[in-house]
Amino acid sequence: MSGHDDSTSYDLAVIGGGIMGSAAAIQAAEGGMQTVLIEKSELGSGASGVNAGTLSLQIKRVRLMPYAIRGHALWEHAGDRVGFRRTGGLTLAFTEPEAERLTTTMAMKKEAGAPIVMKSPAEVAALEPGLNKQVVLASYCAEDGYANSSLTGVYYRGLLAGAGVRVHERLAVDGIARSNGAFILITAAGPIRAKRILIACGGWMKDVAAMLGVDLPIRVRINTVAVTERCPPVVGSVIGHATGLLTLKQKTNGTILIGGGWQGRGTPKDGRGEVVAESLLTNLRLAQFAVPALGSSRIARVWTGFEPNVPDFYPLAGALPGVPDAFILGCVRGGYTIGPYIGRLMGDLILGREPEMPLFDPARFAPAKAQAAATH
Amino acid sequence: MSAPDAFDLAVIGGGPAGASAAIEAGRAGLRVVLLDEGRSAGGQVYRAPVSGTGASSGQPDGAVGDRLRADLAASTVDCRFDHRIWLVERGFRVHGLGPDGPATVEAPRLVIAVGAQERHRPVPGWTLPGVIGLAGATNLIKSQKILPGRRVVVAGSGPLLLLVAASILKAGGELAAVIDANGRMDWLRHAPQLMARPDLVGRGAKWLAAILRAGVPLLSRHALRRIVGDDHVEGVVAGPVTGDWDPSASGEFQIACDAVCFGYGLAPATETTRLLGVKHEYVPDMGGWRAVTLPDGSTSVAGLYVCGDGAGVLGAAAAALQGRVTGLAAARDSGHANAADAVERLLPQAARAGRFGMAMTGLALPRDGLLSAMTPETIICRCEGLRRADIDSAIAAGSQTLNGLKSATRCGMGPCGGRVCEDTAAALIAQHTGLSREAIGQSTSRPPLRPVPLGQLAGAFNYLDLPMPEPAPQ
Repeated sequence: MSGHDDSTSYDLAVIGGGIMGSAAAIQAAEGGMQTVLIEKSELGSGASGVNAGTLSLQIKRVRLMPYAIRGHALWEHAGDRVGFRRTGGLTLAFTEPEAERLTTTMAMKKEAGAPIVMKSPAEVAALEPGLNKQVVLASYCAEDGYANSSLTGVYYRGLLAGAGVRVHERLAVDGIARSNGAFILITAAGPIRAKRILIACGGWMKDVAAMLGVDLPIRVRINTVAVTERCPPVVGSVIGHATGLLTLKQKTNGTILIGGGWQGRGTPKDGRGEVVAESLLTNLRLAQFAVPALGSSRIARVWTGFEPNVPDFYPLAGALPGVPDAFILGCVRGGYTIGPYIGRLMGDLILGREPEMPLFDPARFAPAKAQAAATH
Repeated sequence: MSAPDAFDLAVIGGGPAGASAAIEAGRAGLRVVLLDEGRSAGGQVYRAPVSGTGASSGQPDGAVGDRLRADLAASTVDCRFDHRIWLVERGFRVHGLGPDGPATVEAPRLVIAVGAQERHRPVPGWTLPGVIGLAGATNLIKSQKILPGRRVVVAGSGPLLLLVAASILKAGGELAAVIDANGRMDWLRHAPQLMARPDLVGRGAKWLAAILRAGVPLLSRHALRRIVGDDHVEGVVAGPVTGDWDPSASGEFQIACDAVCFGYGLAPATETTRLLGVKHEYVPDMGGWRAVTLPDGSTSVAGLYVCGDGAGVLGAAAAALQGRVTGLAAARDSGHANAADAVERLLPQAARAGRFGMAMTGLALPRDGLLSAMTPETIICRCEGLRRADIDSAIAAGSQTLNGLKSATRCGMGPCGGRVCEDTAAALIAQHTGLSREAIGQSTSRPPLRPVPLGQLAGAFNYLDLPMPEPAPQ
């Protein structure tokens, strides 16, 4: 698979082997580009492979809903290969202020195309008897479900090979030089040449963009996910909370996955995110409040993943400001659901095709000088 | 959550290394807290019998353990037993579950002395009831005074073989056979380093003599090929091995028994040091992956020390000396200058004890030929029920690091946290790919360090008081 002395001059080099980088690489290769993908660890080992795997339209931002609906369909198509399950999803409110917030946000999301209906406490109790009876209101979306994010790497390894993308795993890009209009990626296995590059390495994007002199206001969230040992069935739907601070689902093997974006600490540069007890414990309390039976199950594992974002919390997806033939893709928010689709759009943009849906131009964050250069 | 208790030094693990470190640091003037999941100090090696089963003085190491417990009781160290540590945050905050619920302590310096874990190499039938590890067997005999079975086969490698066999005989049990993968030449090759501790060699010779006197067959250069039985152990099939411990040579035979104790030495328990981001290195003669430490126990993380078998399996004698050095080093680094001389004085003794331990650990290290005893149907990861065929096909499809294999197959994701299966999985990856152990890597350590009930962590709370951050934009 990964080898040395790669003397080919590629049409496209993708940095980062998560969902978005892989999906873009596959699209470009299928469009006729000779494509190489470089991943410093293993495919799908970052946020793409350690997120909670929630495929919920209810937690997607309104403007991103059309992308989420299409991404959702792509995961459904991947089916058993990624452990896709459509279970339906319930978002719970336990207080009147939470119910008000839920009513407002879900109306917007319904408007944006998610098939959401509201459920009374009695309907919720009938649907999911394992939930806390103090629910005052819930929203329900039959499309919601989950997939098993830890299978991301295996899944894309197969697709990349099928599309003829050359993949280097366990190879870091240490620097990027330019020569005769081409990019030269400096790696421990020697230089890799390409006419175009796509930066799609999640939490590490800011550092790689900086190798090309581009400073983007990318910050990183350190999301915590916990999982229990196998337990008897307690809940069938994907469960959320009106604040968005809880996701919970019981997998077919009986384990219960608990997330909600509670923050750990650490930096991508150190390569390690640390679980913060206070933050985790609030997440667990919220989970136990929603599903009281959780109290008797044992926590088997807790981990963190790095999720990058920019100040407006919309994707970076387009040309890298000021650097011709360089592109960047990430900071999607809901990236697990949307990733396969927006990666495909990115591949089209790099192929010179008009993407089916608009992308999100990173130039909105570029300093004026770079913006001027980009327009020339 | 109430404010955590603050100390100058926290010590995790009350075995010979941790207890010695705590005692020395306390003597030097530090405020020390020691946490251990057991009911008293001593660790695995000096494990005290549970109450009602008699004094520990009948055990080979009983007196040493009793003295350690007495010293600790007489010290200023705040001992917290029955504490299961589930998370350690840098800085350091140690989170445990004690008899009265969640308990957190805080200290700017931390000694990790969590010892070693057993290393296995599966054979068909190893998951049958009646099969236990060698270290597990010593715990059973020392702590519970229970024999593993009526007629026992002891198999594997290293000094634990002789210890377990001798303990079974002493407790009045019947030994069907002792099966040692090493030959006489292997033991002799390590003789020069072993002579660093003639007293310990003498004890090993005594164990050996007891086994031979009892007329128990001692099969050198042999290994288990499979364990047989329907729902319980009924016997083993064993045979000679090659120099690489490959059991494919002809001449297998069956031995009837109702219990098997087997294992291939010990490996440092590194889940806590990995969790804290300490630099590790793969040193086969120290039991495999270990936290990189200087002779005084300090690591790549400021304020964090590791001593005892967790820093490399060198045995109890070395652990106690290393523990003393480490406790003094922590005092020295906290500004107690007079501890610095004591560190220097003890270092040569600790090094000598370490050489003996290293020879023993090297002797126990499993060789790759053992992998051929595993059939495609042999379970490798027992928590997840993964067979060798499952692991082999994932490796062939490109999962070539422990983390990659874990994602692809769930190998190591069960309650054992990978302690049982990962070393074998790494050996299989190495055999398939030729990659080094460094390239295959360790799996990322995830809390909780031991599974803990969610409700016990959550404790009592009021929903309306939960601190909820402002939700992200919709």
